[in-house]
Amino acid sequence: MELLDYYNYWVFAILLVIGLYAVTAKGNLIKKLLGLAIFQSAVFLMYITMNKVAGGTAPIILKGMAADQLFSNPLPQVLILTAIVVGVSTTAVGLAIVVRIKETYGSIEEHEIFEADQTQ
Amino acid sequence: MIIIFGVFVLTLLVITAIAIVRAENLFVAVMLTSIFSLLMATNFFLLDAADVALTEAAIGAGVTTVLFLSALSLTAERERSQNRAKWLTIGVVSVTAMVLIYATFDKPPLGDPNAPVHQHIAPWFFENTPIYIDIPNVVTAVLSSYRGYDTLGEVFVVFAACIGVLFLLSASKGIKPSVLASNNQGLRHHLIPKVVGRLLIPFIILFGLYVQFHGEYGPGGGFQAGAIIATGFILHALLEGERAALAAIPRSALLGMTVTGAMLYGMVGVACMLLGGNFLDYSVLHSNPVIGQQLGIIAIEAGVGIAVCGALLSIFHAFTARGLS
Repeated sequence: MELLDYYNYWVFAILLVIGLYAVTAKGNLIKKLLGLAIFQSAVFLMYITMNKVAGGTAPIILKGMAADQLFSNPLPQVLILTAIVVGVSTTAVGLAIVVRIKETYGSIEEHEIFEADQTQ
Repeated sequence: MIIIFGVFVLTLLVITAIAIVRAENLFVAVMLTSIFSLLMATNFFLLDAADVALTEAAIGAGVTTVLFLSALSLTAERERSQNRAKWLTIGVVSVTAMVLIYATFDKPPLGDPNAPVHQHIAPWFFENTPIYIDIPNVVTAVLSSYRGYDTLGEVFVVFAACIGVLFLLSASKGIKPSVLASNNQGLRHHLIPKVVGRLLIPFIILFGLYVQFHGEYGPGGGFQAGAIIATGFILHALLEGERAALAAIPRSALLGMTVTGAMLYGMVGVACMLLGGNFLDYSVLHSNPVIGQQLGIIAIEAGVGIAVCGALLSIFHAFTARGLS
């Protein structure tokens, strides 16, 4: 079981590079944004993995709980909670730019946009 | 048992992510992203982050998917396949993965109570939240009181993003709601989605309000509530068509909500200053500092909820209206 202690971090690393691959290797702009979303989720996973305390529960102090009740760390949760909302807003700006690119160039493929730029 | 379930969910996450990158049909990729977010929310819940799981489920699986689908309807549904294999990129990302995995062995194992991250300020939050603020949900206390500046910044980022999308998408074409073509009928002619959807909308909005007002006691708060209520209205717009949705809440009202929410947050801070405290130091709002803190938290959570709901709906309508004009 000790090896599984790091499984969350390995998944973080793999998701991060899958996102990185989509952002760098894919030519389709929507695909790039999807890759960016995966990349972002990987970072969220790392933060939330750090907040876990073995035997702990969600950081909500209810009356009648045992005095030695363990709680998970609230701080990474606060950071990621707001980051998710900011993430969707920035994704929306990215999508809006992609829509405008499509209207101007008639394509959302990177190499076609480069070609259109060069022929002008 | 929970560990096995966690490993299962995490493995599914990796498989889904690979499928998203490989799918050539972008519609498929976006729907897989929705599944990815739902799996991620499950995983957050397993890791004791109930608030974050709620946010990820509402925003990742709900709003983000709808925004991507709106953008797809304006661009292209298929990715042009490029047959060149990107071996250099694969090599670089593989090496990056190796380095990252090698680095994880220096990290404390999952759930280690002695990890440095748990020694710094977290014990202080647990000791002092019942004394200074006296609300059960420590996440809400940290979010809206101890780190109130941070959250104010996030709300203004959402506001700025909303303004950015509106500039980008309603600039040149000059869309007037009155000229919205009646060709967007939504799913009005599909009986089953219409009946089931109409039944769901009131409960979604009721749940959103519950999450808003119960955020101090259980998982929830303004961010989650704003997103959940926004998904309720988005469902309404999808079912009844754009015109009916804008008749229910005009775009000016949505923009007004975004501004009002952000202003409400800022004004609470200014009110604290006028009463002799620091900016966003809610203790001065009432003769009893603890009640003052609770009043401040309720006010700014309301501001966050209104602003997030207005911003997400404005962004959604900006995309939809672009497709109709």
